[in-house]
Amino acid sequence: MTAADSTQKQKVSFAVRQARRPAWALLGEKALTVLIYICGISAILFVLSIFIFVFKEAAPILFGGNFSLSQFLFSDQWYPTSEVNKRYGVWAMIAGTFSVTALAMALAVPFGLGAAIYVSEFCGPRVKETLKITIELLAAIPSVVWGFIGLTVMSKLIVTFTGAAVGVNILNGGIILALMSVPIIVSIGEDALKAVPDSYREAGVALGATRWQLVWRVLLPAAKTGLLAAVLLGVGRAVGETMAVLMATGHAVHIPHSILDSVRTLTANIAAELGEAPAESDHYRVLFLIGVLLFTITFVVNLAADMVVKGIRRK
Amino acid sequence: MTRKNLLSFLAVGCGVVMAAGLMAGCGKGGDGSKSGAAKTTIQNKGSDTMVNLAQAWAEEYKKLAPDVDVEVSGGGSGVGIAALIRGTIDIANASRDMKPQEVEQAKKNTGNEPKQFVIGYDALGIYVHKDNPLTEISIEQLAEIYAEDGKFTKWSDLGVTMAAGKDEIIRVSRQSSSGTYEFFREHVLNKKDFKLGSRDMNGSKEVVELVANTPGAIGYSGMGYNEPGKVKMLKVSSKKGEPAVEPSVANTMSKKYPVARSLDLYTLGEPEGAVRKYVDWILSDAGQKVVEANGYVPLSPERRKK
Repeated sequence: MTAADSTQKQKVSFAVRQARRPAWALLGEKALTVLIYICGISAILFVLSIFIFVFKEAAPILFGGNFSLSQFLFSDQWYPTSEVNKRYGVWAMIAGTFSVTALAMALAVPFGLGAAIYVSEFCGPRVKETLKITIELLAAIPSVVWGFIGLTVMSKLIVTFTGAAVGVNILNGGIILALMSVPIIVSIGEDALKAVPDSYREAGVALGATRWQLVWRVLLPAAKTGLLAAVLLGVGRAVGETMAVLMATGHAVHIPHSILDSVRTLTANIAAELGEAPAESDHYRVLFLIGVLLFTITFVVNLAADMVVKGIRRK
Repeated sequence: MTRKNLLSFLAVGCGVVMAAGLMAGCGKGGDGSKSGAAKTTIQNKGSDTMVNLAQAWAEEYKKLAPDVDVEVSGGGSGVGIAALIRGTIDIANASRDMKPQEVEQAKKNTGNEPKQFVIGYDALGIYVHKDNPLTEISIEQLAEIYAEDGKFTKWSDLGVTMAAGKDEIIRVSRQSSSGTYEFFREHVLNKKDFKLGSRDMNGSKEVVELVANTPGAIGYSGMGYNEPGKVKMLKVSSKKGEPAVEPSVANTMSKKYPVARSLDLYTLGEPEGAVRKYVDWILSDAGQKVVEANGYVPLSPERRKK
């Protein structure tokens, strides 16, 4: 056997091994592809199955005859456990959810975006680090703690400073929710601004733009999609929040006339009542119907935002 | 090669975990043999009025029987009773009686009839802000304030003069899963519905907390949650003109106070083993001492377990 022979053999065995390897490597790759595919569509699967579950629980009352959808949507009479006359109307809670969310966003969006711009463009590295850590800490406070702050500290302050009759109201809930959604808006908004290429900034400065012009005319338009996503996630947090608003808004079924009125939100109502509603009773089903309503609201908000973003892109 | 490594690593890992599990198991067994039995857990859920009390029992009982864990959670009497009907807990705390249809459901679901144990009494306190000049109120007036067709919305309707701008009565109530809510509806409102727009709090403590912070507020909550100096408990009369009675231990025991109620435990069927022992302990002098320490009214001595 010559040396050349042995190298030849080695080469052959190597080639065979190489040829054999893809057999299981290919399989592994296939498996990984499938796995990643499943991960990818799992979000859709989860959303769909949650929606189907919620809808399935609500459907019997919706299609069960003696139930009027318009009364459910437009009556403010909510008496789910009455012994004389049960009434299921969520209009007051829809009004409550919208008023608290709107106030929270009116406070959180300017503050959140302002803070994002400051952190991303104006402050030095040390301030930046401190601020980011503090803001992340703010996001980590559990919502029940926020609710307790609302019920004890804020409610006293509101009574003292506004002369309101009661301290747990839209203003209280709105401020608490704003404080809860600001960290989300700041961190995502800052990421969006950071993603704007430095060449844009350099070009702006080279053209003699002031810092303000740079932010207003260059960075904000460039980062608009990301900033909108930041605001939307903030809205999502505000609409979906339960424990804090349950404690801070007063949980009163009441159509508000001013921001010093107590309200009840849809989410808080589900949280407070689902535990005791006997399974498969009308009350239980109506609570799931509120879940369907919340689903629809978030879906419409997200869809609208998506269309707005697409509109912006087309321009 | 790497795959083999991975496999053997996994195998060793599994072995280690299993060994650790076994050792932990042995350790537990050793502890158990010392105290005579393995660890048992009693699931206890329900009334928010009773949640502090139930917690105190659990802690006190731990000293006597370290091998029994009592897990307590609140949520309201309705939540506890719903869990009992589902059969997920051992003991439900309730500040109201189970309704006939709830008893039926429990029988249908679990095959056992719920058994009630009265473990003490509570005077339902009517709380107002400490600066409110009012000192007594009648059941009729309460119904006018809280019921759906009630006419009182201002303190001046009751003949009380409040500071300017604070004349509106801020009604503080409870969420509908609360036994206190149902008790109040049945015995004060005479089964009529509540007026909409009351601030429905999620716990007994929150009611007192909100009343303490709100000059124009009125609320109802268990007497165990009284905070003298921050809120005021009103004397209550069953009819206008009749003498109003203070919510005290003596007046609750003698049934003079008109809005008093029993505090109950419910089990599925006749309790056995650890649950039986725990319930018996609660009904004994030691358990009743805890009831008293938490601001509620204990059973009279002849009704206690020896």
